[in-house]
Amino acid sequence: MTRLGIIKTNGLTALVSGLLLVGCGKRDGGSEGQSSNIQNKGSDTMLQLAQAWSELYAKEFPDVRVAVSGGGSGTGIAGLINGVVDIANCSRAIKPSEMEKVKAAHGVEAKQYIMGLDCLAVYVHKDNPLEEITLDQLGQIFGEDGTITKWSDLGIEAPGGKDEIVRLSRQSNSGTYVYFKETVIPEGKSFKPGSLDMHGSKEVVELCAKTPATIGYSGMGYATDDVKMLRVAKKEGDKAFAPNNDNALSGDYPIARPLFMYTLGEPKEHVKAYLDWCLSPAGQKVVNATGYVPAP
Amino acid sequence: MQLQRSKWKAFYEGLIEWIIRICGISAVVFVFAIFIFVFWEGKGLLFSGNFSVWELLTSEKWDPTHEPASFGAARIILGTFSVAILAMTIAVPFSLGGAIFISEFCGARLKEILKVVIELLAAIPSVVWGFIGLTVMSIFIRDLGSNTGLSVLNGAIILALMSMPIILSISEDALKAVPDSYREAAIGLGVTRWQMVYRVLLPGAKKGLLAAVLLGMGRVVGETMAVLMATGHALNNPFDTNPPFFHALMEVKTLTATIASEMGEVERGGEHWQVLFLIGVLLFTITFAVNMTAHLVVHGVKRK
Repeated sequence: MTRLGIIKTNGLTALVSGLLLVGCGKRDGGSEGQSSNIQNKGSDTMLQLAQAWSELYAKEFPDVRVAVSGGGSGTGIAGLINGVVDIANCSRAIKPSEMEKVKAAHGVEAKQYIMGLDCLAVYVHKDNPLEEITLDQLGQIFGEDGTITKWSDLGIEAPGGKDEIVRLSRQSNSGTYVYFKETVIPEGKSFKPGSLDMHGSKEVVELCAKTPATIGYSGMGYATDDVKMLRVAKKEGDKAFAPNNDNALSGDYPIARPLFMYTLGEPKEHVKAYLDWCLSPAGQKVVNATGYVPAP
Repeated sequence: MQLQRSKWKAFYEGLIEWIIRICGISAVVFVFAIFIFVFWEGKGLLFSGNFSVWELLTSEKWDPTHEPASFGAARIILGTFSVAILAMTIAVPFSLGGAIFISEFCGARLKEILKVVIELLAAIPSVVWGFIGLTVMSIFIRDLGSNTGLSVLNGAIILALMSMPIILSISEDALKAVPDSYREAAIGLGVTRWQMVYRVLLPGAKKGLLAAVLLGMGRVVGETMAVLMATGHALNNPFDTNPPFFHALMEVKTLTATIASEMGEVERGGEHWQVLFLIGVLLFTITFAVNMTAHLVVHGVKRK
């Protein structure tokens, strides 16, 4: 009897302390793990790439485990600020406000690495007759108070007989969303409400492939045979360029962007080894294979 | 011989009693703790100068990452209600009809089979429902003229199917609770079975049926995963002051889906984080009001 009583109370204490631990765990845990663990989180655009790196790295260095997850660039940076990731993937540059928060929380600056380039591709359904588009037209389609709402405004007849342009966008913490907003949407404006805010780069391309009247933006690495990537021109009358390696490196493609990784100050040794390997020729080969452009 | 319990045994009894007592009130503690936690996380923004509850409830502009940010959830609230109302419009006739059939018209064998199948329906995880909405339903709804097939209607049908088992089984209980003497009296007066149902049983079980509908409603408002996948997640207002007044084929955003989609990625403690918690408070308030109404309907408003 005595023993039973003690076990019961112990059980309760364990439960209570367990709950407390769950409550606190998120704030301090994570980065402290084993030295051979690397937490890598962030950009959805870079998810395929980061996973490919992690898998190949695991083959060459089996004692290091790189855990990769997506969720959006904002997630990665938020993880860095909260101290739960070692490397944050980011498809846009870190914002000054975020940098301040990193400094306030950890006393060091976030260190930036350029891992590769991406052409932010504009996707339409494969049966759509449209071939090229200007940044201004994109701004009018996606931007607040924009005047282009129908395919006939662009002078084409949309596939599937529907004239209304269905806009595929991203959730607001996505780096792709932020980059698109900064480069395409007119200064100070926001997105036109009513776009379908998809929860991943891949979802944009998938829905675009299924739905004829859509237009969406996503990383070039997600292209499939069922969608078409438009050539993009800076402004009316300029030559439009297709999203590919050469046009990204030459800077001709107007919405090409660097893909970043961030660490908290100088990374720990095993993290640095991983980043160096990603930037080495072997790592950069993976960049090409997943559909992106190797770092210049 | 010892007649008195030992001191230890008395202590042990008391201990067990206390543990059970703690278990009993834990539900209350958890509910309050959750509400306070959710409110606490959002309170910084709630009481700050550049935020007003009025704006949250009435402004149509939801742009939490823009500079300056705007937190207007009106369209999201309308989206939530549009899906919930349409879902209830679909679910209530089917569930009440089903409950009446099961409790009054069908044989014992069929009754057992139906009840098991309905319980199975309740056991399907919501993400599976969402998947059905995203891949199967969207194809049919696109043929009705929707752009993508993801729409209020899609979400409402999925939610109707999800809430039906709840409404149906509680309604059936309510009908079963009507005393048999009522049925005997009605039949003794020579009415048909159908007349008995709508003249005697439905009025008799009125409170229970209303409670069933409201509990189903609570489930519909609080559902997340299925609506996130089936409604298209676009900031639209499906209501219209001109005919046809309501666009069932429009994509909408709901409160739950907004939290699910944006919460994982916001910076901890920032304004965006706080406004999502305030939306949580709003959602909590709505479901609380619905459940409270259900409770008051069943037990009556106690007069002092």
